[in-house]
Amino acid sequence: MDIFYASVNGVLLGGLYALYGLGLALTFGIMRTINLAHGDMIVFGSFMSLVVTRVLGLPALASLVVLIPAMFLLGRLFQERVMNRSLGEGIMPSIILTFGLSVVIQNALLLTFSADRQTLSAGQLQTMSLPLTEDFAIGVLPLMTLCVVIVLLIALNWFFRHTMLGRAFRATSDDPEVVALMGIDPRRTYGLAMGLAFAIIAITGVFMGLRTNFAPFDGPARLIFAFEVIIIGGMGSIQGVLIGGVILGVAQTMGNLVNPAFFQLSGHVATLLVLAIRPSGLFPETIERD
Amino acid sequence: MTDLLSLDGVTAHYGLFQALHGITLSARAGETIALVGANGAGKTTLMRTICGDLPAGGRIFLHGKDITGIPAHRLNAMGIAMVPEGRKLFPSLTVDENTQIGGYTKRPGAWSREAVYDLFPELIKRRANKALDLSGGEQQMVAIGRALMSNPDLLLMDEISLGLAPIVVNQIYEAVDKIRAAGTTIVLVEQDIGRGLSVATHVYCLLEGRVSLEGKPADLSQKALTDAYFGV
Amino acid sequence: MTALQTQHRIGAALALVTLAALISVPYWGSAYLQRSIVEFLYFLALAQIWNFMAGYAGMFSIGQQAWVGVGAYALIVLAQDLGLNPFWAVPLTGVIAAVFALPTSWLLFRLKGAYFAVASWVIAETIRLAVNADINWLGGGRGRSLTTMGQFERGFREDVTYLLVVGITILSLVLMVWMLRSRIGLGLMAMRDNAAGAGGVGVAVNRTRRIVYLAASGLAGVVGALIFMSALNVRPDAAFSINWVAYPIFIVIIGGIGTIEGPIIGAIVFYILREYLDDFEAWSLLAFGLIAIAMMLFAPKGIWGSIQSRWDIELFPIRRRLPARFSTPSTQET
Repeated sequence: MDIFYASVNGVLLGGLYALYGLGLALTFGIMRTINLAHGDMIVFGSFMSLVVTRVLGLPALASLVVLIPAMFLLGRLFQERVMNRSLGEGIMPSIILTFGLSVVIQNALLLTFSADRQTLSAGQLQTMSLPLTEDFAIGVLPLMTLCVVIVLLIALNWFFRHTMLGRAFRATSDDPEVVALMGIDPRRTYGLAMGLAFAIIAITGVFMGLRTNFAPFDGPARLIFAFEVIIIGGMGSIQGVLIGGVILGVAQTMGNLVNPAFFQLSGHVATLLVLAIRPSGLFPETIERD
Repeated sequence: MTDLLSLDGVTAHYGLFQALHGITLSARAGETIALVGANGAGKTTLMRTICGDLPAGGRIFLHGKDITGIPAHRLNAMGIAMVPEGRKLFPSLTVDENTQIGGYTKRPGAWSREAVYDLFPELIKRRANKALDLSGGEQQMVAIGRALMSNPDLLLMDEISLGLAPIVVNQIYEAVDKIRAAGTTIVLVEQDIGRGLSVATHVYCLLEGRVSLEGKPADLSQKALTDAYFGV
Repeated sequence: MTALQTQHRIGAALALVTLAALISVPYWGSAYLQRSIVEFLYFLALAQIWNFMAGYAGMFSIGQQAWVGVGAYALIVLAQDLGLNPFWAVPLTGVIAAVFALPTSWLLFRLKGAYFAVASWVIAETIRLAVNADINWLGGGRGRSLTTMGQFERGFREDVTYLLVVGITILSLVLMVWMLRSRIGLGLMAMRDNAAGAGGVGVAVNRTRRIVYLAASGLAGVVGALIFMSALNVRPDAAFSINWVAYPIFIVIIGGIGTIEGPIIGAIVFYILREYLDDFEAWSLLAFGLIAIAMMLFAPKGIWGSIQSRWDIELFPIRRRLPARFSTPSTQET
């Protein structure tokens, strides 16, 4: 029975991890660059939600109304003003730029908010649970997180398949030079894609802040989880993040069952196993490009 | 009447290497221009400068308007479409999606997805297939259809017969005839000189980045063409 | 004598003077100066090693802290558990780090670019967590102490450590210059231009990369052993800290990636900034992050790279030059 409970918890945890991975899968899938500041942006999102809830007196979930458009704009600006400047020079500039940004965000958060751990509050939502058996209940918030991911994935799938902009995103991922011949400016596409990724990061930040407490230096750990999700699910595969998140979550809760010290470790081992057996992940989406 | 396309002393460089040395060329509406020349003569480079893919010196006019230096992604909306060498479809997109992307700028005109499938009926059963899975001939058809979707005034076609079986080449050139009949101005690069001469209203032969011969196909002798091609 | 030969002589002279000054420090310098130099050299050596991997061999690792940590723990095991003289154990720590690095190379070398970077980090985290989980032998999160160092008198200990650090810095520099001038260097240049093409002309791409990767891991292991030889206590958080790769990356980016001189300049800039902003680590890190971003945007070749491309200076002879008549401009049409 313990194994069953651990699996259920792992799946629910996987919902949050899938959210971590989603924004990263989006940027990698479309721009083929990695954002080392992804985890720090999530934590930044949590802190911004904290500020919005305090200043406007809104509940945490309602802060998304402000956060999503703000983060979209920020992502677009970041891509167009910073990242686009070093396009076409290989992977190193994007790694260095986002690595630098990561350190900047961590320390700016530290200087602004101190190293204290913070929490977001959503009142009863965080304590509500649905009893499955007499001695086992699942939390409403984790279940909600999982549902949010699923809804986001369905929406993104529709967007990529059935809208012109979505198709333009995919075409740009295939070949950013040829799309220009179709009248699509890849730089603009990249800006919009980063905006979209940041909007998802805002959602991720709020849900993370509701689930756990957070501090300025929590970003790198989130980034590792996000990477593991997309490595397992397949780099650049949007739909793969759900299965990636669930596998990572279950691996961690199973490891935890053996020994609490193995919680993160077993997730890493699962990731390395996938890398050893199928380096392109379980559901590779993007096509190899030179 | 102004020319639809005119090039005045166009130059282009790859790093220190100068690939084009002052190309002057013009095309009236409805004309079909064939660019011929040996490998490395600058044909593809010229096409890339016209569609804005490569920065050019000199001046390029479309409908009498100077378009030099305008980036490729804005020229599509102004009426230039390109069928690039090697097809260059979007491999993970389906045939339908590839053609739809071609119509991204929503230029009004007679071409639509239905019209493209009328032109290439063999694509209909492949509509839902990814471009990755198509044969070379089918890929070429999609590439042409994709370019037509923007209803271009000027259609650039680079090596559309390369690597295809003769029967497929015939099919493709039948389609080219229909596109010409619809009044689209075409500039095409063709390795097969005979093929190029048969569709062209005007031929430009390039040699080492310069125009070595130009004229109407009927006016050019085989000897003059061979000399211009090989630079004798 | 050509201008280039003159520059190489200046470079050699500078290197010799610096070396003489460094070796003699224990005879005249204060303990504070000695400690400062040691700290400076750790980062310089790690930066140079990372530069070797990323700048010359195109392996963008963010997991070098793995080998720093393995080196540190290897020292503990060799000196504390097996009773070896800790100073003599130092070269062995490098061997051990390289041995641990070998299986990870099988995994990593199937991956490219971003995958490589991330996977190297996951590997480092995995090792950190595994060490963290091992409470009985390696002491878990609390770590272990190098009490065996107590057998040496403090002054002696610090002098020997100092000389070892100077030695490893010079060794990593010499090894790098030597490798870059050898067939390996030639293969690396070919790979940097075009990996597939280099494979085609007979450069054993993976073998070359593996040699570089193992050499870099071994050297990082030795640096790790030396860092914790002065710290006298090893904890997983400290030994496998991401800073062991973060600071070197900053140093290399500031100084100039893919040059020998760049990281030296970068390390000096880094050290000065750190000294001035030391009271608030957060401010100094914030500054490093902003500088790295600014360098990448406005001077991606770094300080030395910018100097070099303006005046064509090279102090260390690593490039092989063709006589002018062999060089042709590329005349490729696409």
